[in-house]
Amino acid sequence: MAGNTAERNYIISKKIDQFFIELASVFRFMKRFFVEVWFPPYEFREVLRQCYEIGVKSLPLISLTGFIVGIVFTNQSRPSLTEFGATSWLPALISIAIVRAMGPLVTALIAAGKVGSSIGAEIASMKVTEQIDAMEVSATNPFKYLVVTRVLASTFMIPLLVMYVDFVALMGAFINVHQNELTSLTTFFVEVFEALTFLDIFSSLIKSTVFGFTIGIVGCYKGYTSSKGTEGVGKAANAAVVMAMFLIFIEELLALQIVNFFRFN
Amino acid sequence: MREKVIEIKGLKKSFGDLHVLKGVDLDLYKGENLVVLGKSGTGKSVLIKIVVGLLAQDEGSLTVFGQEVNSLPTKELDKLRLKIGFSFQHSALYDSMTVRENLEFPLVRNVKHISESEKDKKIRRVLESVGLSQAIDQMPSELSGGQKKRIGIARTLILEPEIMLYDEPTAGLDPITCGDINELINQVRDEYKTSSIVITHDLTCAKMTGDRQAVLLDGKFGAVGEFEQVFHYTSDDRIKAFYDYNFVN
Repeated sequence: MAGNTAERNYIISKKIDQFFIELASVFRFMKRFFVEVWFPPYEFREVLRQCYEIGVKSLPLISLTGFIVGIVFTNQSRPSLTEFGATSWLPALISIAIVRAMGPLVTALIAAGKVGSSIGAEIASMKVTEQIDAMEVSATNPFKYLVVTRVLASTFMIPLLVMYVDFVALMGAFINVHQNELTSLTTFFVEVFEALTFLDIFSSLIKSTVFGFTIGIVGCYKGYTSSKGTEGVGKAANAAVVMAMFLIFIEELLALQIVNFFRFN
Repeated sequence: MREKVIEIKGLKKSFGDLHVLKGVDLDLYKGENLVVLGKSGTGKSVLIKIVVGLLAQDEGSLTVFGQEVNSLPTKELDKLRLKIGFSFQHSALYDSMTVRENLEFPLVRNVKHISESEKDKKIRRVLESVGLSQAIDQMPSELSGGQKKRIGIARTLILEPEIMLYDEPTAGLDPITCGDINELINQVRDEYKTSSIVITHDLTCAKMTGDRQAVLLDGKFGAVGEFEQVFHYTSDDRIKAFYDYNFVN
């Protein structure tokens, strides 16, 4: 019995150790990013290529999701507002929900799945096949070429995608509102922008930038530190998605507290 | 007296409880092809990864052109790496890039102010050297194993290194392609005036390419010398067994 308890305590303490070791390793990785990002050589072409990969190639999936979110959210909100005779508030309600929370969150979660996993798998497979070593022995800094470029690209592109998703989701919402309430496009968007404040849009962009950085850095970290072998590639891709999603939810919660502090003080 | 380009003394390397190199001594002389032989898992690849600074030794000294690799700052290490070409076991070609882009990659990052025509000339020269001029716009996935090895070698040659390190250059290739790669290794030495370490467990490759052979046994070199001297006049049963296994089986 005593032996079992000791063994259990040992396992728990080992897991806690591993958690803090990994946390320290992530912080060291982030620190390295913030150091290397300022110094030449700058890989502008690779940053642009990654912006294309992350931004442009995500457009079809993100457009579809944003559009459906707009329609579904409008449809689901209508009955509750109808009960109070407040269907005219639909554009305002939808715009606040989409811009403040759903747009950034939906975009970040989809990007974590699509972009995070692809970054994790790509870098891990390069590690397994010694491509990262090949860069290093040819006197090229693989961290700068692979990590800095991808993190920068996802940090730039996710806020742009969020703005695009906000617009597409609002268009989806407009189509639904127009069908049911015969509201014109001008009236709809006048109500949308009347409901939004500078803080809503600003906080949404800042939050999206943090989400983009998280997706990039987690994907790169998991790929760069993956264990050797093809199994490691799959694990890196999976871990990149899970960890990024987990962090995105935590960041969303923190962002909410910070924004509410500014909104109500 | 011949000039030493690599000097290794008392080199030790462990991974946890696994002691891979247990005090290795070895010299590489200018212009020679030195073959390091040994069974899988004896630390042959670890040795050349320490030479190029991908791994650090636990003990001992390793100098390349008189510079202690382990104690060099990053910038100096990068400068030294430009003099060393490393051909990887599985070629390690960048699979998202064409052959031309693979060859350009180290060139544009290490040779400043290179014109397009000069770049093109260098790429065509190394491709010609490895006999694959026609593959310039192909993707690595479209190449055979032997072609990948050749392009991997071409990528290292583009920076005109003084030392070449080949990690299992003939592994996984058919005998005819192995022969071609062995010829290429000798051709590279003659054309580019390189000194080379060839890591292999293939005795045919060792015989064809090596000026000297070094057999790694249990973390140390069991014998170093010319092929005949190492394999025909040895009294070490492990070396005899290694020879017999390669040529009898």
